Amino acid sequence: MKLKYLIPFVIFVALVALFAYAFRLDPREVPSPLIGKPAPAFALPRVDSPETLAGPADLRGQPWLLNVWATWCVACREEHAMLVRLAREAGVPIVGLDYKEIRGDAELDASRLSPQEEREAALLRARTWLTQRGDPYRFAVLDLDGRVAIDYGVYGVPETFLIDAGGIIRYKHIGPIDERAWREELQPRWAALGGGKP
Amino acid sequence: MSGNRFFAKGTRAWQGFALAVLLCLFVGRFGFAQATGEVPQARPVGDPAIEARALKLGHELRCLVCQNQSIAESNAELAHDLMNQVREQLAAGKSEEEVRAYLVARYGDFVLYQPPLKASTVALWVGPFVLVLAGVLALWRALRRRAREGTPTLSADEAARAEALLRGTNEGERS
Repeated sequence: MKLKYLIPFVIFVALVALFAYAFRLDPREVPSPLIGKPAPAFALPRVDSPETLAGPADLRGQPWLLNVWATWCVACREEHAMLVRLAREAGVPIVGLDYKEIRGDAELDASRLSPQEEREAALLRARTWLTQRGDPYRFAVLDLDGRVAIDYGVYGVPETFLIDAGGIIRYKHIGPIDERAWREELQPRWAALGGGKP
Repeated sequence: MSGNRFFAKGTRAWQGFALAVLLCLFVGRFGFAQATGEVPQARPVGDPAIEARALKLGHELRCLVCQNQSIAESNAELAHDLMNQVREQLAAGKSEEEVRAYLVARYGDFVLYQPPLKASTVALWVGPFVLVLAGVLALWRALRRRAREGTPTLSADEAARAEALLRGTNEGERS
């Protein structure tokens, strides 16, 4: 009979535990339905030679990262040095998808530009960024209207996909990759896919 | 007087500062940028019937950026892009169901304000009914117990005290 008085206390403790867990979750991290599915194909102009179209097919046979970025994205600035290190020291093949380089920039009015002008401006900005900050990418491509990003379920930058040798998406990281994110989330999965040394 | 004005201005500045700090915290917390460019006004396609269908569908789809708005209401750039996708696909002759499937394949059930019933969403659909049922059961048990215990009967002494209290004289109180 005495135990009955413990019930509210037990419920209280259970609620505290539930909230302690749930408040650590980030509601902005929407789980991607694309995990375990083939990476959507695309053929977009390369930043270094815009006449050449490139896509996931070029990376077949090895695990690689698809990094969605833009020069107007502040968090990408933080992330970039880490990507350069991963490419140089660990030899991770990274492909850059430059998301709405001009249209996504709050300080520009893309509606005044012709498609040709938009492309020229995007190329200039992307190349300047890669020259100044180092180029971690096997290749980077322009996704000027963000269509390819929609195919990948991208809803902000930066986002990074881990894709295996067979072209299947294995993991998605939302937000910038920092030391901790690489060590705890990406590196173990990268190694499990047979990727090179950490 | 001027001192007062200065103070008022200072307050405004502090408010601005606090707002900036909050914004920084917010951005820092998520470390995550959304495309915020000149919001391209959603461009309706010529056909008003298509536009009406697109808007209706858009209201059922959740914006990924501002998660408590639908893509039809949100001013986020991604919401405009997605609305334009919805318009284009409806105009190209796709059904509502096909457009919905297109978005779910990319962004998951998360985009649906009315998620489908499946293993991972059972708690969502059944949970409220289970809680209501548990509440009704608890209420029923409590009522039954009260009925079983019956209304308490007063002893002669208690009845006299009650009578005295009702009459407004408190003489019965200390007896």
